This record gives sequence, structure tokens and C-alpha cells, in this order.
Amino acid sequence: MSFSDMGAALPRARREILPALTPLIVALVAWPFIGSFSTFATLTLASLAMGMMIFTMASGLTLAFGMMDVLNFGHGAFIALGAYVATLVFLPLAAWGESPSLGLNLALLGLALLAAIVVAGAVGFAFERVLIVPVYGQHLKQILITIGGSIVIEQLLYALFGPAEIPLQPPAAFRDSLSLGQVALEKYRLLALVVGLVIFVGQILLLNRTKIGLLIRAGVENREMVEALGYRIERLFIGVFMAGAALAGLGGVLWALYRGQAHASMGGELLVLIFIVVIIGGLGSVEGCFLGSLLVALIATYAGFLAPKLALISNILAMVVVLLWRPRGLYPVSGR
Amino acid sequence: MNILSHDAPRGWPLRTLMILVTAGLALAPFLFPGAKALNVAEKITVMALLGASYDLLLGYAGIVSFAHVMFFGIGSYGVGLALYGLGPGWGVIGLGAAAGLFVAMVVAFGVGLFSLRVQAIFFAMVTLAIAYAFNVLASQLSFITGGEDGRSFQIPEVLRPGFKIGEVFGVAINGRFFAYYLVFALAVVLFLALLRVVNSPFGRVLQAVRENPFRAEALGFRTIFHRTLATCIASAAAAAAGALNAIWLKYVGPDTALSSSIQIDVLVIVVIGGMGTLYGAVIGAALFVIAENYLQALIGRLSQGAGDLGLPLLAQLLHPDRWLLWLGLMFILAVYFAPTGIVGKLRERRD
Repeated sequence: MSFSDMGAALPRARREILPALTPLIVALVAWPFIGSFSTFATLTLASLAMGMMIFTMASGLTLAFGMMDVLNFGHGAFIALGAYVATLVFLPLAAWGESPSLGLNLALLGLALLAAIVVAGAVGFAFERVLIVPVYGQHLKQILITIGGSIVIEQLLYALFGPAEIPLQPPAAFRDSLSLGQVALEKYRLLALVVGLVIFVGQILLLNRTKIGLLIRAGVENREMVEALGYRIERLFIGVFMAGAALAGLGGVLWALYRGQAHASMGGELLVLIFIVVIIGGLGSVEGCFLGSLLVALIATYAGFLAPKLALISNILAMVVVLLWRPRGLYPVSGR
Repeated sequence: MNILSHDAPRGWPLRTLMILVTAGLALAPFLFPGAKALNVAEKITVMALLGASYDLLLGYAGIVSFAHVMFFGIGSYGVGLALYGLGPGWGVIGLGAAAGLFVAMVVAFGVGLFSLRVQAIFFAMVTLAIAYAFNVLASQLSFITGGEDGRSFQIPEVLRPGFKIGEVFGVAINGRFFAYYLVFALAVVLFLALLRVVNSPFGRVLQAVRENPFRAEALGFRTIFHRTLATCIASAAAAAAGALNAIWLKYVGPDTALSSSIQIDVLVIVVIGGMGTLYGAVIGAALFVIAENYLQALIGRLSQGAGDLGLPLLAQLLHPDRWLLWLGLMFILAVYFAPTGIVGKLRERRD
């Protein structure tokens, strides 16, 4: 019996399709309330960009949790760190951002993203080695220690960069909007959408098509078995944690440019949103995290348009509804 | 010592420290005259009670909640809005406090049933989100809560600074004096009640559930029931602390009653003071509030010195606004090296 036959003989896990359709359902339900198609399309496109940014920040967190049961309550600090690193690139090279050449604009952005990835990844490595290693498997201490770590990083950021917000603008080529007939889309959101999609596709390919991805997925399913097969799951985990921190930094750059400012408090605010996304998606699931991000962004945008007062708590309501329907999130990871 | 539920602070260093703090707070109007000192003493008292109620969750039940300050806020808003809407009166205070306590317990019950069934981490995440939503609601529903500005209100005349009846040892016996002792006395009673709870059979079961939920369940204890009841008791105590604080401040708003920085403060107080000891909250609160109000001037001077020496980064790190940095470091060290905090370290030295 060849290997492929064995694969065919294994029963495939049943994929439930309904959770994957929830963002679509939400969009279709919201459409009649919003009315005109152009407004609806504008809102939807805008919220997709927001969703991709949130996904970028949240995916590393959920993967690290799935693998090692480590939930980083200091994840927000990496987001703020990325945003501040972006200011270090954007302020000295402001001329590149103002120049009409698209090449220089993109180079500036690429440089900022790269710097944020490197710095956040490096700090993530130190964070994991110094703070998290001694408390593997102890949830209470993990929560406390990562909060302590985030307090320290946040205060260091204040000490290094000052307590005021630092204004930040996207490069010149991405400031105005595209319009397709009645539908408007800010160019910057389009860029964020593309970057987020690239990261999502890259992650899915990495997880499903490479040896490392196979090991990571196996580690999420059953850590002991991967260890028993002779792989050092701790090393793998450092990689996943660093990647998560780097993605948080990258998301921080995107978010800071989107908001037009960098500030250490943005980490804490986004952390709430990210937790909601991760809970909705199912702790540990990347696909769930993707759906959760889209769902949260869509609901927040529609609610912001239809009932601004409700917008800020709409996400909590969405979380409660999802949990009442599926208590472990849209796509729960088995064994949890 | 029955009043301490047979759980007196053990070891002479801890006993001495507790007596010093308690005596200092009990005699604060006489020992430390001045409005600022009395404010500091009141804040220590309230934070000690809030910290003790948080310790019931964190230290005894092993539950990490980020919504604890929300219950503090519910208590504050209960009394505050009642006094604002119905005018000053003792009945109104009682009504507002009762409403706050009731709402706090109902919300705690709901949150507990909803999210205590699964892992500790899940509860922590959900409470973080709920506390955030509540904070937003309190700021948004400005026709009820006064929004970001909050509400200022009048308290019964006996508690107002203008109400003077004389002097004792050169200390004015006025409304502030009575208000302080009202806060202090009720806080002491509630602290002793919490001490009773953690030393009751219920408290022992909580610790068993914390150490090994499966074994506790196998022994026939309903872990959900115990955790939810612990959450309700802790929330009611937090709401009471909030009510006392609102009476003292004559004001209620998001910054003084709901802010997430209070939540961080409480966490730091309990962890540095000592989790699972209850006395840790008192020691931690005393240290924290005194450091917040007096140590900042000291590190400010150090910061200036560093700036004069041409070390701008060190000057920034020692800036008075950055004192949370040093507390954060202490917090991390405490989690690693002293899980039972200062109280635990002091207890090691038996007499």
C-alpha cells in the first residue's frame, strides 16, 4: 500500500461551511438597512481593509496560543512598538513620502514595514526567552508576566519617544481616493487590503505546503506527539512567537498610517479588538481568525454607519452572539 | 483572635507592619494633618479593600478578571447617580449602594456563568472585552452618567467640610473627619468579612479548585458554583469600595471609577503585596499609594540630577511620569521570585 493510498483511506475531517459564510451573511443582512448600493460597497470595501489589518495583528497571537498554550497579553505592546519604529523611518525620510515618484513612496513604506518586522521580531524573541520560558504551562503566571512585560515596554516607549502622539501620514501616492462610479475607496485602504491578503495567503501556503507549516499544524493539534517524533517544538515555538510579534509590528505600522498617528495607547485598544477576533474565530485557528477579523470589521463599520452609539459595543455583542451559537468559536481547534 | 478568623498575620515583621499600617490609617487625621495626607489615607483604605476583594479572585480562586474595576465603578455610579438624581440623604446613599451592589452581583453572576466554564485565559479575555465595553457605555450614555465629565453631587451635611463641631488635639472635627471615619470603619468591617470568607470552608474549597479543578470536581465540589459565588462576593465587595470612594470624592466619572489604569494598579498592588494572603492587598495598597504620591517627587529629583549630568535617556527613564516602569519591573520580579509577594517574604521569618 503506497503512502497516497493511505492518505485516501483516512476519513477527511468534515469542514463546516456555515461559519465561513458568516461575513457574507452579515453583509447581505446589512445591505437593505444601508440602502444605496454605492454606500454599501464603499463601506464594505473600507471594512475589508480594516479587517485585513486586524487579521495581520491577530494571526500570530492565535497561532502561538494554539501551539504552546501561551496567550500573550502583551501583544498590544508589539503593535505600538511597530508604529513607533515606523515614525523612526518616516520622519527622517519625509522627502521620500512627499515625492511624486511611486517608487520612492513604496520604498519608504517597504523600509518602514521591514524595520518594524525586524525590531518587533527581535523584541519578541527577547520577550519569549526572558519572560515566557520560565512560565510555560502556568496560565495564571503567564497572564501576569505578559501584562508586566507590556507595562514595561509601553513605559519604555513613552520614555524613548515622549508621551505625545506622533503624527504620521501615508506616502503621497496613497493619500487620495479612487472612485469607480459612485463607489469610493481610499488608496491607502486598498494598499492595506493587498498587504493583508498577501500575508493571509502567505500564511496559508506556509502552513499547508511546507514542512515547517506541517510541523506547526501538528504542534497545534498535539504537541507531545510532535515532540515524541523528535522535533524540538520549543524552537518551532520561538519562531512562531517571533513571527507573531513581527506581524503585530507590521500591523502596527499599517494601523498607525491609517489612523495618522502613533501612540503607545493604541496597543491596549487594539488588544481588546484582537481578543474579540480570536475568541470569535476559535482560539488557535488561523482560518477562524481571518473570518473573525472580517466579521468584526464589517459589523463595526456597518454599526458605525447605522447606529454610531452602538458601534463601539457592537463587537462585544457579536462575540456574545457567536459564542451562544458556537461556544468555542467559529472554527474550534480540536482538543481544546 | 476570632475577629481575624484565626488567620492573624504570622511572623513578627508582618505583624509589626500590619499594626503600623492599620494604626497609621486609624489615626490618620491626628497623625498626618492636612487635606492631601487625608486624601492619601482614604485612597489607601479604598485600594486596600478593592485589592482584598480582587485577591479573593486572583489569589484564592485563581481567576484573572479584568473587569474587577468595572464592579468598583458600578458601586461608584450607583451611589453617585442616586445622590445626583435624588439629592443628599442617608436613605439615598443606602438606596444607591444597594442598587450598585445588586447590579454588580447580577452582572458578576452572568459573566461568571457565561465564561467560567472554560479555561482561565478565556475568562481573562472576555472580562477585558466586557470592561472595555462598559467603559465605553459609561462615556457614551452621557444623559445618565454625565459622560466623560462624570457627575458631581452633594453628600449629607454631616459629611461636608463645612460641618464643624470643634477641635480635638488641634485637629478640626468636621465633615471630612466623619467622612474619613465612615470610609475607614466600613472598609475595616468589609475586610474582616472577606477574611472570614477566605478562611471559611468555602474559602478552602476555592483554594482546592485553584490548585486542581479536576480533583476538586472529583471530590464532589461543583467548581462552577464555587467560582461564580467567589466572583459575586468579590464583585459586591468591589462595588462597596466604589460606593465609599464616591462618597469621599463627591464625584463619579470614568477616570476615578472605571479607568483601565485603576485595574492595572489593583493588579500591581495585589501581586506585589502578595497574592492569596489578603494582608498583601493592605501592604501593597499602602506602598503603592504612598509611592504614587510621595516617591514621584524623589525620582523626579533623581531625574533632574541625571539630566544635569548629561544623561538624557536616564533622565527620561527616571521621569516622575514613568514610575509605572519601575513598578512593572517589580511586578515581573514579584511574579517570578515572590509569588506570595511582600507578605509571603515576611512570613518566612517566623518568630
